[in-house]
Amino acid sequence: MASNATAIKERTPRRVLPGFGLTLGYTMVYLSLLVLIPLSAVFVRSFGSGWGHFWEVVTAPRVLAALRLSFGASLTAALINVGFGLIVAWVLVRYTFPLKRLVDAIIDLPFALPTAVAGIALTALYAPNGWLGAWLAPLGLKVAFTPAGIVVALIFVGLPFVVRTLQPVLDDLDQEVEQAAATLGASGRQVFARVILPALWPALLTGFALAFARAVGEYGSVIFIAGNMPMKSEIAPLLIVTKLEQYDYAGATAIAVVMLVLSFGVMLGINALQNWTATRHGER
Amino acid sequence: MSRLLLIATALLFLGVFLLLPLLAVFVQALANGFGAYYVAVSEPMAWAAVKLTLLVAAIAVPLNLVFGVAAAWAIGKFEFRGKSALITLIDLPFAVSPVIAGMIFILIFGAHGWFGGFLRAEHVRVVFAVPGIVLATVFVTFPFIARELIPLMQAQGNADEEIARSLGATGWQCFWRVTLPNIRWGLLYGVLLCNARSMGEFGAVSVVSGHVRGLTNTMPLHVEILYNEYNYTAAFAVASLLALLALLTLAGKNVLEWRQPELRPAARRPRDGTRREPA
Repeated sequence: MASNATAIKERTPRRVLPGFGLTLGYTMVYLSLLVLIPLSAVFVRSFGSGWGHFWEVVTAPRVLAALRLSFGASLTAALINVGFGLIVAWVLVRYTFPLKRLVDAIIDLPFALPTAVAGIALTALYAPNGWLGAWLAPLGLKVAFTPAGIVVALIFVGLPFVVRTLQPVLDDLDQEVEQAAATLGASGRQVFARVILPALWPALLTGFALAFARAVGEYGSVIFIAGNMPMKSEIAPLLIVTKLEQYDYAGATAIAVVMLVLSFGVMLGINALQNWTATRHGER
Repeated sequence: MSRLLLIATALLFLGVFLLLPLLAVFVQALANGFGAYYVAVSEPMAWAAVKLTLLVAAIAVPLNLVFGVAAAWAIGKFEFRGKSALITLIDLPFAVSPVIAGMIFILIFGAHGWFGGFLRAEHVRVVFAVPGIVLATVFVTFPFIARELIPLMQAQGNADEEIARSLGATGWQCFWRVTLPNIRWGLLYGVLLCNARSMGEFGAVSVVSGHVRGLTNTMPLHVEILYNEYNYTAAFAVASLLALLALLTLAGKNVLEWRQPELRPAARRPRDGTRREPA
């Protein structure tokens, strides 16, 4: 039997394992039926109603305001997440403190908590009579039912992307380089700016892009806290839902196409960035 | 000193943005006492929502599980052209807004959709019914299991399976007796995350559900309806069940990460899944 097996191995040196055709075929069919063909429906439908109509929809003031709000709030939230996410990841990787395991575990809460639950919880907190809202109201700060509330919800949703992207990279950093810089007379700030930050920035950018991409499409956690006033606090995904409820499919698909194209752009950017950093790591 | 300051900043930030919302769910749910809580979660409409949520997850998770294993086998065990493009395509649903994920199924199966006329003639309802909810959920949770298994199977290589083959195992024996035990924790990990998202999905399901109480309302949708009726205690009571599910998911996730440290994001390169440790 052993000789038989080696004979087979010599005849087919590379594909000893079976099932390539079956599994790849199944993957392609399932992927096409459930993702690729349904997604293409958006583009087919949108271009079916003509370029003129598409342009008319996406340049309407209400649509432009919603897109601007969605992308602006997502950008703000992602930037805040990059700042605080870096601090959180740094603290979790470099320091020890009581209950650290638990703190690390709770980072993933936004991945696990349904968005609608997060939405009503944040609204309850930041409403004028809520735990936090009651403190902020005397200071003249309104969060719930304003664009600030949208940013708060998007911070919640995006935080784990930044922390989880940074942690492995921080873990890999060689602390001897930092010590060497310090012995050569660099101040703490200089070590951070000249040694640590340059090694981190690909991960920071990736985390930022992931948090941003997630925030742009987010719906459940935002609609409760946003107030949803057209032109003021109405996000693009909500406008899609509104148009669908009015059976304005052409309008809904036009907004969807804009969002999809921008999201795919961000995703391709992340991929290119990761390939680039991977090859750079490989060269080292 | 700066160390204490940084730890304090991090903990304060996490406390305000993560812990307080979680706490608020349970406090609000019990605001009117245990009696009101019990009434809210045992009400027939709440139960119908729980049952539908469980049903949808029971269909969506196995479908994506079979796909995840098949995709990981093809990608992890073989070399072929276009592999990285395929991985990107599998991740595609993560880049799509949940609302758009729901919308695509209305474009296809809705009254004015591609198959709308056919479905009406056959008296089959997909959109605004359970099949549409399942489809939208499958789409949204599509990559979860595959993206856990692909890096794991790539990292483990083919050596074990090749030995089994050379000892005379058939392909299926090889899979059931060698591959599956090797990937079991990663598989469970993917199932856990996929399940949490399928039970909690809101945007995609909201678009295709039609919000018929007792028929097409999942738990997150039920929370929304109660909340919009200003029935806050009941809304937070049902929400607290979902929050418990989230906590269980986090606990399970950590147990699995402790069992198989490679599952920890901190032990993994961002996408390609190969660890860079020399030894």
